[in-house]
Amino acid sequence: MIVAGCDVGSLTAKAVIMRDGAIVGSGVVRSGAAAEASANAAMRMALAAAGVALDDVARCVATGYGRKRISFGDAVESEISCHAKGAIWQAPAVRTIVDIGGQDAKAIKLDERGDVLRYLYNDKCASGTGRFLEVIAEALGIELEAMGELSQQSSEHLTLSNQCVVFAETEILSLVSEGKETADIVKALHRAVARRAASMAKSIGVVGDVAMTGGVALNAGMFEALGEALGTELTRVAHPQLAGAIGAALFATDAARTAAAAPVSAARA
Amino acid sequence: MIVAGCDVGSLTSKAVLMQDGRIVGSAVIKSKAKPWESAEAVMQQALSAAGLEMGDVRYAVGTGYGRDRIPFVAEAVSEIGCHGRGARWLVPSARTVIDIGGQDCKALRLDGDGNVEKFIANDKCASGTGRFLEVMARVLGVELGDLGEMSSRSRHAVTLANACTVWAQADVIKHLNDGVPVEDIAAGVNNAMAARMATLVRNLGIAPDVCMTGGVAKNSGVLSGIEKLLGVRLKRIRREDPQIAGAIGAALIAAEKAGGGRP
Repeated sequence: MIVAGCDVGSLTAKAVIMRDGAIVGSGVVRSGAAAEASANAAMRMALAAAGVALDDVARCVATGYGRKRISFGDAVESEISCHAKGAIWQAPAVRTIVDIGGQDAKAIKLDERGDVLRYLYNDKCASGTGRFLEVIAEALGIELEAMGELSQQSSEHLTLSNQCVVFAETEILSLVSEGKETADIVKALHRAVARRAASMAKSIGVVGDVAMTGGVALNAGMFEALGEALGTELTRVAHPQLAGAIGAALFATDAARTAAAAPVSAARA
Repeated sequence: MIVAGCDVGSLTSKAVLMQDGRIVGSAVIKSKAKPWESAEAVMQQALSAAGLEMGDVRYAVGTGYGRDRIPFVAEAVSEIGCHGRGARWLVPSARTVIDIGGQDCKALRLDGDGNVEKFIANDKCASGTGRFLEVMARVLGVELGDLGEMSSRSRHAVTLANACTVWAQADVIKHLNDGVPVEDIAAGVNNAMAARMATLVRNLGIAPDVCMTGGVAKNSGVLSGIEKLLGVRLKRIRREDPQIAGAIGAALIAAEKAGGGRP
């Protein structure tokens, strides 16, 4: 049985195709202004990777910021439940998830069955989200994707005194004019973003194994900084950016199985 | 006797010269890279406006962000105290003062004698500070000083979805791209600022009369927005520039120190 999950975030759209409980294709595209077009593009990419057609998909669940605007979705699920399900499927011992997306951040606490016990969500303040990294990358004139590797070359420990993105940008520009190395500045930035996300996670309580999900987890510098800020070694999941889409595909699997089982139980009755 | 107050802020520096309880000279400049450079320059400008020299000043008090690095002052005093004193001098009936600086904002409650009873300040988040308006004016391509007047020409103010400066900036760009008239966006920006201030004052607990100091007090859009949200009239400061309130407070404290007792 083939199912799909699609997670339309503010910056990227993600789609995953699963066949009998295994990932057979995925796609990630940068979201344009139109959520639906991005979702379609991600889904086309995932279908092509899996070598199947949309008609082969028994059920598709949508999640994320733009979930209500996906034309091919059969149902929608909340981001929190999808991230939880997608993370615990990848790492069963995980009980705490810190998800840093392009424009939001979440901390989720799970029980052993993967049910959400508590969560906190921040989309009110850009600090502690991927947007912080993006604004500073632009100010420094470097590629967002290059930041992780760059921070590994840091040799001087710098600390940003500002947590607000706007004030931190000014602080960083003055560090540049003082002649500080970009690698050191980027590492200090990673620590600042991690500090903010970690304080959110700590306020709901960090228990068990901790996974970092969301696109920002692909940045090795951020992965390391978050582990340091939480004082624990993070569990590495294979597809951090796809966690929401995987969770959605798992919800699709559950629903498709229930639907398939229904006629049987009806016949028995 | 001539006394001076100098308020070195993150964005602007202000100086006031007082003689026998009257202002005889004042100046406002954009802050320079070093606090001492800002202080020297703004004080020099105030002195020339008054036709005086540094040697004529009996006592000087510094305040603001750069207060500890002003060479010519006898003493540095906290901004909260100075703004309270300055606001009370400008508006004798004031019990609540909202002060918006370039990179901070504060709400103060004064007792009957003008002493600060309670205050709330924010210097952690750019939203609700002058920086918020500065960023938005730049995105809109208008002068910071024109934002207030633009509000009055707006007919359908937009609502900005978020308080965060970063998100609000994205919102403003989106409205511009959608072809929304710039004055309607400006009004939305002023309203967002007002909403943030109203929350600050509510948390402090409001006591009439209320007045507003700092450069943003010259923005009529923010003033009327706060009035609508709080349901009170704000006492307008007309006798002097509301931006020099902190420097006035510093000069009043200087007079007290120099002459013994309050003027």
